[in-house]
Amino acid sequence: MAEAKLTTPLTDKDVESLNIGDKVLITGSILVGRDSAHKRLIDLLDAGKPLPVDLKGQLIYYAGPSPARPGNPVGSAGPTTSGRMDPYAPRLLALGLKGMIGKGSRSAEVIEACKKHKAVYLAAVGGAAALIAKSVKNAEVVAYPELGPEALRLMEVEDFPAVVINDTRGNDLYVEGRAKYQK
Amino acid sequence: MREIEAKTITGAVKKLCIDANYYLNDEVLEAFRSYKEKEESPVAVDILSQLEENARISQEGQFPLCQDTGFAVFFVELGSEVTIKGGTLPDAINEGVRQGYSEGYLRKSIVSDPLERKNTGDNTPAIIHLEIVPGDKLKITILPKGGGSENMSEVRMLKPADGAKGVIDFVLERVSKAGPNPCPPIVVGVGIGGTFETAAFVAKKALLRPLKSKNPKPHLAAIEEELLEKINQMGIGPQGFGGRCTALAVLVEAFPCHIASLPAAVNIECHSHRHKEVVL
Ligand code: SF4
Repeated sequence: MAEAKLTTPLTDKDVESLNIGDKVLITGSILVGRDSAHKRLIDLLDAGKPLPVDLKGQLIYYAGPSPARPGNPVGSAGPTTSGRMDPYAPRLLALGLKGMIGKGSRSAEVIEACKKHKAVYLAAVGGAAALIAKSVKNAEVVAYPELGPEALRLMEVEDFPAVVINDTRGNDLYVEGRAKYQK
Repeated sequence: MREIEAKTITGAVKKLCIDANYYLNDEVLEAFRSYKEKEESPVAVDILSQLEENARISQEGQFPLCQDTGFAVFFVELGSEVTIKGGTLPDAINEGVRQGYSEGYLRKSIVSDPLERKNTGDNTPAIIHLEIVPGDKLKITILPKGGGSENMSEVRMLKPADGAKGVIDFVLERVSKAGPNPCPPIVVGVGIGGTFETAAFVAKKALLRPLKSKNPKPHLAAIEEELLEKINQMGIGPQGFGGRCTALAVLVEAFPCHIASLPAAVNIECHSHRHKEVVL
């Protein structure tokens, strides 16, 4: 298990060097969006319209933060369950998205898309939302403010902690980690 | 008859919403500590330490424990000698939720229609389970329930012939399938018996029991023990990264049921196991 620092935007080389179980600390800007924002992005693609953000080299964080107190960029900001974004993820990966951050297992299609398009799936610690919020330096809504906690945001993070679950070679920490400790 | 003002209830509920979301109960912190000693995986120990740190940061009052501050679920025991003045009980509770979720900077996670999915903007309506009990007191318990763990729950109508083994197999199957999704370490509430909806209610109410408690009935306590042991042998571990600490507790409750039925429900709760109560 290695520790790696990642700075966004990411290159193929950045993500190919990662292995499952690696601890990463992410610095730079990351996209934040969950169910409804994903649905809107896919609707735009279906209609052949441009997206409000460029996905190339980006990381998207599946989260819907709690409201910020005055003086803080966000409230608590832990990950939401990624599986709900499985139907949307492969199309975004095909557009150059380099990684996703969330919690919980991904479908075989998403793992395959990570291999094909050279991308990774990372997990943040679910429920460690106050701790994670400390690494968020700035946050702004870039689209769909009417969705409230589900709006599409851009977040400036510094040493945001995550763990590699699916690498670019089709490995899965959830499967291997569990097998190791199963009795 | 004893009179309680609706606005007293609103004030108390507002405080419950905020306190439950910022102050993790000692029993959960204690469970983290004791599992850290038993845990074989270094990654798992690290995660448990992060959860302790998270609780510490939350307690300072800036950030709730989890961004998903939940559906506000209430268990209310209303004494038969109590009357409520100046409003109704559901209105008073919902107003408390409105104020608590706004003033406490808690996330509003409720949509008014499950298919149209428009956010109500104030986290109402609350779910209120009301019981009339003897006496002149009003006891209100909040259990803010996050979506991630709630989504991993299930009710199944087993056959009476399936017996204890059927229930155990069902719970193990559910927890195994849930894997990393409900933010392990989890607390597992199990309801056996009643009708379709009662089994689910009993499973949820079981989550209010102290983590270290045992069901007073030996045959149910035996199921709790067996389930906890088997779940912690699955290897899922904190966050599903692998390890021993998958469940902090398994709490089983039973209810009388029909001669033809054996309903069973599993209500999964995450480590953000938030509940607080007040007696008025
Ligand atoms: S399952 Fe619990 S800890 Fe995890 S995100 Fe939901 S509320 Fe938070």
